[in-house]
Amino acid sequence: MKRAANAASLPDIPENVRAAVLKVTAGLKDQPGALLPVLHGVQEALGHIPESCVPLIAREMNLSRADVHGVISFYHYFRSKPAGRRVIYLCRAESCQAMGAGALEKHVKQRLGVDFHGTTADGAFTLEPVYCLGNCACSPAMMVDDELKGRLTPAGFDAWLAAEKT
Amino acid sequence: MSITVYVPRDAGALSLGAEAVATAIAGEARQRNVDVRIVRNGSRGLYWLEPLVEVGTADGRVAYGPVQAGDVAALFDADFLHAGTHPLAWGPTEDIPWLKSQQRLTFARVGIVDPRSLDDYRAHGGYRGLEAALRLGGADIVQAVTDSGLRGRGGAAFPAGIKWKTCLDAPADQKYIVCNADEGDSGTYADRMIMEGDPFALIEGMTIAGLAVGASRGYIYLRCEYPHARHALEAAIASAEADGCLGDDVRGSGRPFRLEVRMAAGAYICGEETSLLESLEGKRGQVRFKPPLPAIEGLFGKPTVINNVVTLASVPIILDKGAAYYRDYGIGRSRGTLPLQLAGNLKRPGLVERAFGLTLRELIEDYGGGTASGRPVRAVQVGGPLGAYIPASQLDTPIDYEAFVAIGGMLGHGGLVVFDDTVDMAAQARYAMEFCAIESCGKCTPCRIGSTRGVEVIDRIVAGNAAERERNEVLLRDLCQTMLAGSLCALGGMAPFPVLSALDHFPEDFAGAADKTAT
Repeated sequence: MKRAANAASLPDIPENVRAAVLKVTAGLKDQPGALLPVLHGVQEALGHIPESCVPLIAREMNLSRADVHGVISFYHYFRSKPAGRRVIYLCRAESCQAMGAGALEKHVKQRLGVDFHGTTADGAFTLEPVYCLGNCACSPAMMVDDELKGRLTPAGFDAWLAAEKT
Repeated sequence: MSITVYVPRDAGALSLGAEAVATAIAGEARQRNVDVRIVRNGSRGLYWLEPLVEVGTADGRVAYGPVQAGDVAALFDADFLHAGTHPLAWGPTEDIPWLKSQQRLTFARVGIVDPRSLDDYRAHGGYRGLEAALRLGGADIVQAVTDSGLRGRGGAAFPAGIKWKTCLDAPADQKYIVCNADEGDSGTYADRMIMEGDPFALIEGMTIAGLAVGASRGYIYLRCEYPHARHALEAAIASAEADGCLGDDVRGSGRPFRLEVRMAAGAYICGEETSLLESLEGKRGQVRFKPPLPAIEGLFGKPTVINNVVTLASVPIILDKGAAYYRDYGIGRSRGTLPLQLAGNLKRPGLVERAFGLTLRELIEDYGGGTASGRPVRAVQVGGPLGAYIPASQLDTPIDYEAFVAIGGMLGHGGLVVFDDTVDMAAQARYAMEFCAIESCGKCTPCRIGSTRGVEVIDRIVAGNAAERERNEVLLRDLCQTMLAGSLCALGGMAPFPVLSALDHFPEDFAGAADKTAT
């Protein structure tokens, strides 16, 4: 009965969001320590983890809303707001710094017209900093979604961006 | 008969265009009507030659690199399929001095085998360690690991055998093996190369660990920045399960061992073992107090062996060839080999696996070939973002855990990031504090608050006049002492290393703007 009471207090969320969340939780919730896999699953399905589905995730995982919110906000990778169509992860770590990542960072920000964590006006790209992509022998590095680029120069970035836009 | 061509699927090689090269070779072969079989291997670690294409010949593999898709037609024209000469040709791969002088134990198969093929793994000595382990009892396996002198390669260098013994002796209905694959240190990529290039070695090492301590479940906690490693691991786990190397009855032994990959979510602190365990339990990655040790109360409160990828992947060869074989490499208390990762501003960056004892200078000058920019080396950061900046005057330090502690540094996970003389060491010190502030888990005050205060104090040093600088330097050193002594884990406890080493070895870079205008 307690469960039904919880369900009644859930905020209205779009049916597709609800279905997506339930699909993920149904497959994973009986695994030990499943919250991170669940959050990955929701973000993969929806592109982000809308704040409105936190109560639903909490109920399904038998956790408090604070627990779920706390985990989402702890990890850099999880996002509560939608991202651009592609997410650009630009490495800021030491190896890339030693190979000109600072200048590249300035260039990329200027070309996209956004700072870190920002999304371009056309919704095409979100720019995120990352602290090492493990491509340190090919610095500086950038990853776009799952696609890794090495020895990236400002000119190389422009060439990539031009190809993306066509 | 078909000719085998190797084009790496390693993420680093892909980042330099290996996929287009593989496509071009397949297309060109079709067009020219030649029978070519393309194997997507890992990287040999010669990143200065990636994408490195190899051709299998009767006399072994020959190398061409760095190859771009646009070079492929010319390579066919030069008959590279029969080791033809070409400006990109390097001759037999194994004879390239950079590779030939290495001592590859843990990386023996990386870049050589097809990481998707269990048969290929077996054909190159794979699973011999497990076969040996299955003939031994748990205590004997642990003894072999202890005798080998293997220490944790993730950075803390704790003797692996002692950790395993503690877990073995802890009675419990359930135990776990956890692999720390949250390789977050800048300048390190050895874990990634193993997972992508020889994933079965890690699986075998974890299975042996499970047999040793009586654990039936393993987790690989993998950073989400490594999607390629995830694919390689998941494919390998599926093959190992299908073959009976993983599952309810490992190789007919009646012993169960199951393995699962869990994705991290971009928090550097989760590379700290207790924070990692919290994260695996589905919580915020906050550091735990120790004791209890994870070996006694680890994942879900159960005894847990938690080791880094390189540590676990080094176990099969120890079981296969014996503890003495491994221990005979190295110096002092640093036994065996260390996969060193050359990164940053170097002409020839890449992975060098050698016995402990060679010097930083050999790595940077002989292997690395000096800086990529051609300018003098000014500083080397060893051991990731929490490692000390070592000045050019200390390059003769041997690669040895104790030798690095003696100069106020740490070897860590074996990553070297080289900077030339254009580096601003005050900016690097500031970055170390900034990074600590961004990545702090927030549990202890010295790390959470100290890192932010550190950034502010460094800003004041750089902006102020001589008197201001002096006052703030005292404050910064005091703050660093508080962090060193008062932090709960290595993040706050070691973030002062790069700061203090920059301050000690490169004080001129902290001269304030006001000083500079005064002179």
